[in-house]
Amino acid sequence: MSGVLLIEQCLNGIQFGLMLFLLAAGLTLVFGIMDLINLAHGSLYMIGAYLAATLTQATGSFLLGLPLAVIATAVIGMVLEVSVLRHLYRRDHLSQMLATFALIMIANEATRAIWGVQSLTLNVPEALSGSVAVLPGVTYPAYRLLIIAVGVLVAMLLYVLVTRTRMGMLVRAGASNREMATAMGTDIRRLFTLVFGIGAALCALAGAMLGPLLAVQVGMGENILILAFVVVVIGGIGSIRGAFVGALLVGVVDTFGRAFIPSTLRAFAPPSVADAAGPSLAAISIYLLMVMVLFWKPQGLFPSRG
Amino acid sequence: MAPLTAFVLAMALPAVASAFGQDFYVGFASRILIMAMLATSLNLLVGLGGMVSLGHAAFFGAGAYVVGILATEWRGVGNYALLAWPLAMALSAALALIIGAISLRTRGVYFIMITLAFAQMLFYVALSLKAYGGDDGMSLSQRSSLPGLDLAIDSHFYYVVLALSAAVFMLYQRLCAARFGRVLLGIKDNEARMESLGYPVYRYKLAAFVIAGAVAGLAGALMANQNSYVSPNMMHWEQSGVALVMVILGGLGNIWGGLAGAAAFLIIEEALSAFTKHWAIGVGAILLAVVFFAPRGIAGLWTAKR
Repeated sequence: MSGVLLIEQCLNGIQFGLMLFLLAAGLTLVFGIMDLINLAHGSLYMIGAYLAATLTQATGSFLLGLPLAVIATAVIGMVLEVSVLRHLYRRDHLSQMLATFALIMIANEATRAIWGVQSLTLNVPEALSGSVAVLPGVTYPAYRLLIIAVGVLVAMLLYVLVTRTRMGMLVRAGASNREMATAMGTDIRRLFTLVFGIGAALCALAGAMLGPLLAVQVGMGENILILAFVVVVIGGIGSIRGAFVGALLVGVVDTFGRAFIPSTLRAFAPPSVADAAGPSLAAISIYLLMVMVLFWKPQGLFPSRG
Repeated sequence: MAPLTAFVLAMALPAVASAFGQDFYVGFASRILIMAMLATSLNLLVGLGGMVSLGHAAFFGAGAYVVGILATEWRGVGNYALLAWPLAMALSAALALIIGAISLRTRGVYFIMITLAFAQMLFYVALSLKAYGGDDGMSLSQRSSLPGLDLAIDSHFYYVVLALSAAVFMLYQRLCAARFGRVLLGIKDNEARMESLGYPVYRYKLAAFVIAGAVAGLAGALMANQNSYVSPNMMHWEQSGVALVMVILGGLGNIWGGLAGAAAFLIIEEALSAFTKHWAIGVGAILLAVVFFAPRGIAGLWTAKR
């Protein structure tokens, strides 16, 4: 295997991992602080991608469509929190799963009703459609580099927000002990709504950024949602740091699996078998990773609660 | 008395349907009963033992694939229901034994996620079975054969499904009434207490998991016959989600919860789809209403009134 390919796949893995982190960050906070299993988190990602595609077309600019979509999805997320999800925090996980599963059905069908069954295309902005030389002799698509840059930037912003600001302090307090935080006079309800809005915004950002690379279609949220849950569980529920490490791990393992397992298999199995089993083995490797992590560290890599 | 009346009414359904020229409803009723078996097997786990599995469809799909693979690989003999259906149950039970043995070491949210992970692995295995249709699934040329009956006739198949589902409901009732069910309820209530009382908690849970897996495998084998079609989507996590929704909708831990939930879900779906192609929005809204206004499910409403 050549060095160029290896570097390329590393970058692809980091790029996918960072986008997974955007999804998992919101999910782990909602999960950790509010103890809510939100199956509909992937729907916000889908809505974000659809809004980005539509708003980009309407305004004629990705740079305008993207922030508008992020803001709109954040508002949708907060409305959802206040109207439905807020009433689920004190319910058991089963009721939460039933309600958020219902939300998936509604979101998917409403999306189909508004945008139709055809998948939308979101084009890479003209200026970023080329490739850049990251190392002498190694070129990499400019747009994917932008995704990495945005992912790193948002991760750093989140880090500062959580560890250096008053709001982050309250979020951490809420994550480690909700009752105590309430007793100390924190307005947990308003904080939750805000956290949910930020989570929704991150979903939309991931959906919009990945939109040009993947198809914008109904059902896009369900597959990535499961990966985001895997990330959250691997990292430790409620831990942003865990989500970051878990997301990069899952992103790299997934990308490497897809890139190298089929070709490795071809070395000692007939091509037809290798081509059929390769992608599946790659997909399975992530779940295997999660089972192994849970086996050694039942609370995930970075348990957030003592 | 009520179950007996219902059974007699169910016996009369094919005659009534054909008198009104509505033979469609015989197949529809078979579908309801098969999903009721799946939901009842899950209810044994969730309602009785408190084990929330989000991967139950794996066993459903595995049972279906046994029927499909036997029928294509071993023409004639492979079609015998008395061979294929028990084998479907055996394979699903064996898978449940392996998956349960690992998953049951975790609890709560982690159990949900690890069962989901295992089901996703099997889903990807099914996707890679290119010889059996890959992601397109496989069509079956005929239904399984039973001596003395012609299962190709919908009413014959319906009676077989009715008998088997009645057996499953009776099994559920007997398990509930037996020491086994009491111990499971005790475990759901307080696992540590049952442990210190000297019950082999882990083994009881594993036994329930295997029984539920076997019944789900049977339901899968029947569904493969009903639809004459097997596909990886039968194992997708959304199918597990639907089964869970049916259980909660019908009534957790209620003998008739699985049946009530499956019937309500499929009837609502069928009725709404007659009015609009966006029926899923209506189903979602009804599920949300159930979460907020009927937390004990439909069967729970019925028992509360009496």
